[in-house]
Amino acid sequence: MRNPIRIVNFISFLLCMVLIAPILIVVIMSFGQSSYMTFPPQALSLGWYGEFFSSPEWMASLLSSFIIAVLASLIATSLGFLGAYSLVRGDYGNKKILISFCLLPLIIPTIITAVALYFASVPLDLVGSKLWIAICHAMLAIPVVLLILISSLQNIDISIERAAEVFGASKRYTFTHIVIPLAVPGILSSLFFSFLTSFDELIVSLFLSGLESETMPVRIWNSLLMNMEPIIAAISTFLIAVTVALLLLELLVRKSRIRRSGIAGQ
Amino acid sequence: MTDASILSCSRSIPAGRPAFSNKLLLYPVLAFLLIFFVVPIGWFFIKSALDYDGNFLLMLYQTFTSRLFLAVAWKTVWLSLVVTLLALACAYPIAYTMTRAGSFKFTLIIICVIVPYFTSIIVRTYSWMIILGTNGVVNSFLLHIGLIGKPLGLMYNMTGVTIGMTYVLLPYFVLTLFSAMKGIDMWLLHAGRGMGASNFYIFRRIFLPLSMPGVISGFLIVYILAIGFFVTPALMGGPNDTMLAMLIQRNIEVSVNWSLACALSLFLLVITLIVYTLYCRYTDLDRMLGK
Repeated sequence: MRNPIRIVNFISFLLCMVLIAPILIVVIMSFGQSSYMTFPPQALSLGWYGEFFSSPEWMASLLSSFIIAVLASLIATSLGFLGAYSLVRGDYGNKKILISFCLLPLIIPTIITAVALYFASVPLDLVGSKLWIAICHAMLAIPVVLLILISSLQNIDISIERAAEVFGASKRYTFTHIVIPLAVPGILSSLFFSFLTSFDELIVSLFLSGLESETMPVRIWNSLLMNMEPIIAAISTFLIAVTVALLLLELLVRKSRIRRSGIAGQ
Repeated sequence: MTDASILSCSRSIPAGRPAFSNKLLLYPVLAFLLIFFVVPIGWFFIKSALDYDGNFLLMLYQTFTSRLFLAVAWKTVWLSLVVTLLALACAYPIAYTMTRAGSFKFTLIIICVIVPYFTSIIVRTYSWMIILGTNGVVNSFLLHIGLIGKPLGLMYNMTGVTIGMTYVLLPYFVLTLFSAMKGIDMWLLHAGRGMGASNFYIFRRIFLPLSMPGVISGFLIVYILAIGFFVTPALMGGPNDTMLAMLIQRNIEVSVNWSLACALSLFLLVITLIVYTLYCRYTDLDRMLGK
C-alpha cells in the first residue's frame, strides 16, 4: 500500500540529483588541471581560477557586470517598491490588468525586447553605455522585484500604518518611518534578486554591450560559441558562488526578520 | 517635519481610508516600463514596417508562407510542446514529494530546485555541454565501462536541445506546481483515507484534480518561456536545429535584415501574447494581492 509513495519519493530523489548534479559537475571540473575537459579531473589545481583573476579582459567584464547589476538593482528596486506598495495598499480597480502588464518584461521573449532595444539604441548611440544597459536590465527585473515586494509588503500589518496616522503622522512620514523600515528585508531580497537578474542576463547585453562594456555572460557566450575554453568552468563556478552567496544572504535576512518579529510578538 | 504640517495632514485624512493617493506611486514604474519597454518594442515594429521598401503586408504574407519560416515555426512550436510536457512529467513528482516532505527533506529538495533556478542560464547550458559533449561526462563514462564503442552524438542535435531546455525550464515548473499544491487542503486527503480510499484513489480523485490549476498555469508559463528560448538551442543545437528566436538573432547579427526580423518577432510576439492571455485567465493573479 505504501509502495507507490516510495516509488514517487525515489523518482523525485533521482530528479533532484539530476537537477543539482550539473552544477556540481561544473564546480568539480573547475578544479581540474588539464586543458581537456575530463571528468573526474585527473589532478586538482586552482590554475583556472588564477588565470581568471589575472586576466585583464575577464576582470574588465566582471567589473562591467558588477557596475551594471548594482545600478540595475537600485533602479528596479526603488521603482518597484513604490509600485508594489501602491498595488498592495491602493484601493483602485483593474489591479489584475496592471499586474499582468507589469509582468510583461518577463513574458515577452527577451530576444524581441533585446532586438527592439538594439534597434532604438543604434541611432541614439547608446550601444556600450553601462547606464543604458543597467536601465534595460532594471526593466527586465521589474517583474521579479514586484513579485518579491508585493508578497513582502502583504506580510506587513496595515494596522501599524493606520496607528501611525491616527497619532498624527503624515502619509509621507508614515511611508518613510514606518513602511520602509518594516519592508527592509523585502527590499534587500529585491536588491539581491534584481542584482542576480542583471548579473546573469545574456541576451540584452549581447546586443547592447558593444566592445567596451562586455559583461561576463557575453564573454562566456562568445567563448562557448568558439572553443569552450576550460577557464569557463572556473568562471561558471564563480557565477554559481555569487548566486549561492546571495541566496544564503537572503535566507539570513529572512531568518533575522522572523527572529525580530518573534521578539516583537512576545 | 514641522508640527504644523503633521497636524494639517492628520486633519485631512478621512477615517479608515488612506488619504494620499496610493495610485500615484504606481505611475513611476508604469512610466518606466512604458518608456523603456513598450515604446522601443512598438517603435521597432512600426519603424521597420514603415522602412520596408514595398508592401509590408505582402512581405509578411511571403515570410509566413515561406518554407524556411514554416519549418522553423513548426519546430519551435512542436519542440516547445515536447519540452514543456517533459518538464511537467519531471516537475510533478518533485512538487508532489515537496508537499509531503518533512522539513529536512523539504530543505534538500528546495536547494536542488532553487540553486539551478537562480543560476545563470548560460552556466546551466554550459553544464550540459560538459555532460553531453563528445568527450563529456556521459560519453566518457559509457566508454569507460565499455557499453559503447564510440562516443554517442548527444549534443549539437535535437537530443541535446531537448535535454538542455527541459533542464533549464524544470525549476520554473516545479515552483509553479508547488505553489499551487501547497494550497491544497490536506484534510480532504485525510477524509478520503478515513473513508477507506486507497492512496492511488485519493491521488487520482482528489489530489490530481485539485492540482490541475497549477498544472495549467505551469504549463502555459513554461510554454511561453520555451517558445522564445534562445541561449540553450543556440549553444546545444546543430546547424539544422534553428528555433524562431535564433532566426531573429541571425537576421540581425548576420544578415542585417530588419524587416524579416520584425516579421518573425511579430509572429513570436502574437503567439506569446495569446498564451499569456490564457495564462492570466487561468491563473488567479488577484490571489497575489491577497483577495
